[in-house]
Amino acid sequence: MPVSAGNSKLVYEALLGVGVEVMTALPETWLVHLIRLAEDDPAMTLVRLAKEEEGVGISTGVHLAGKRSALLMQNHGMLQSVNGIVSCAQLYKIPLLMLISDRGHLGERDPWQTEGGKVTRRVLDALGIVHVELSAPEAVASTVAKAMTLAQASLSPVALLLTRDLMWEEPALVAELVDTSVPADRMGGAP
Amino acid sequence: MKRIDCLRAIYGDIADCAVVTIMGAVAVELYSLGHRANFFYLEHAMGLASSLGLGIALAQPDRRVVVVDGDGSVLMNLGGLTTLARYAPPNLTHLVFDNESLLSVGGFPTATSTGSDLTGIAVAAGIPNATTVTDLDGFTAAARAALAADELRLVTAKVEAVGPTSFAMDLHLLENRFEFARALRT
Repeated sequence: MPVSAGNSKLVYEALLGVGVEVMTALPETWLVHLIRLAEDDPAMTLVRLAKEEEGVGISTGVHLAGKRSALLMQNHGMLQSVNGIVSCAQLYKIPLLMLISDRGHLGERDPWQTEGGKVTRRVLDALGIVHVELSAPEAVASTVAKAMTLAQASLSPVALLLTRDLMWEEPALVAELVDTSVPADRMGGAP
Repeated sequence: MKRIDCLRAIYGDIADCAVVTIMGAVAVELYSLGHRANFFYLEHAMGLASSLGLGIALAQPDRRVVVVDGDGSVLMNLGGLTTLARYAPPNLTHLVFDNESLLSVGGFPTATSTGSDLTGIAVAAGIPNATTVTDLDGFTAAARAALAADELRLVTAKVEAVGPTSFAMDLHLLENRFEFARALRT
């Protein structure tokens, strides 16, 4: 699986570095290493969600109780959680740090990811949520730290988009994209 | 059985608990009995009260957390019952007032009015210590036992679909939020 283990570790360590003690998550391919790191870390409380919106409620409770958390999900999970984000996190001024895998953007081969990919940034904009891409490995730690700082200072959700460049190691990408032997409507891979 | 009588019966027992209620009649009735800094009324985000309670319970395992929920809200987050069951915080008590209707928005019937059984759903979700009560003595006993137990319990109380005459509360939701957070941190 070409999900970047090294960059997943960078993201995980950055979360530890900003004091995250509770991670709520719903798995998707790009998040497998991050979730396994949380699972294997006795100091981390990992909450596996049935649906992403629950994570907004759990993170709200964790914040009110004085600890820091992060919500990991796919962009479609963010779309699923919009009412929770608005009616809980934003209404109640909660510093909700969201790490969102940026599916359906440039390079996406799975047709089912592409509609969500087109609207992710515009939905975040419409919600007034500050969002930044995490792409360069060397910027991960400082960007996560600055995102948490802003979330805590503004008491507002902040979104970090985990991009394909960061999460997916795909040296053969260009060659595959020009491989015309695969009909466009048959493309697809791991969900 | 009326919800307000149930709340009155356990009002003393929850004095030191982190209490999270849903919006509407439940919030107004608990508030009318006397607000405390450790009471939080989730005035929107239907369904998430139990998730919020789970977050508090995990973050503060030494504090008793009480979620005061309703049938309409639980039905909006049935998956949350499986998450509660999965982590089963022993310091969390889940009280569900089931009046078989969305009372605060016109009284339209919910699925519990046609047979959906929230206690049965909770048990099947993995919360074995779930029970349904239909009278005040039964509620008081079950709720007190749940509050004293070192395990996750859910009590479904079948109550009349009656509520307060007014939903006004002289407490802004942000005032409640900051006061509650301060109470949890001291």
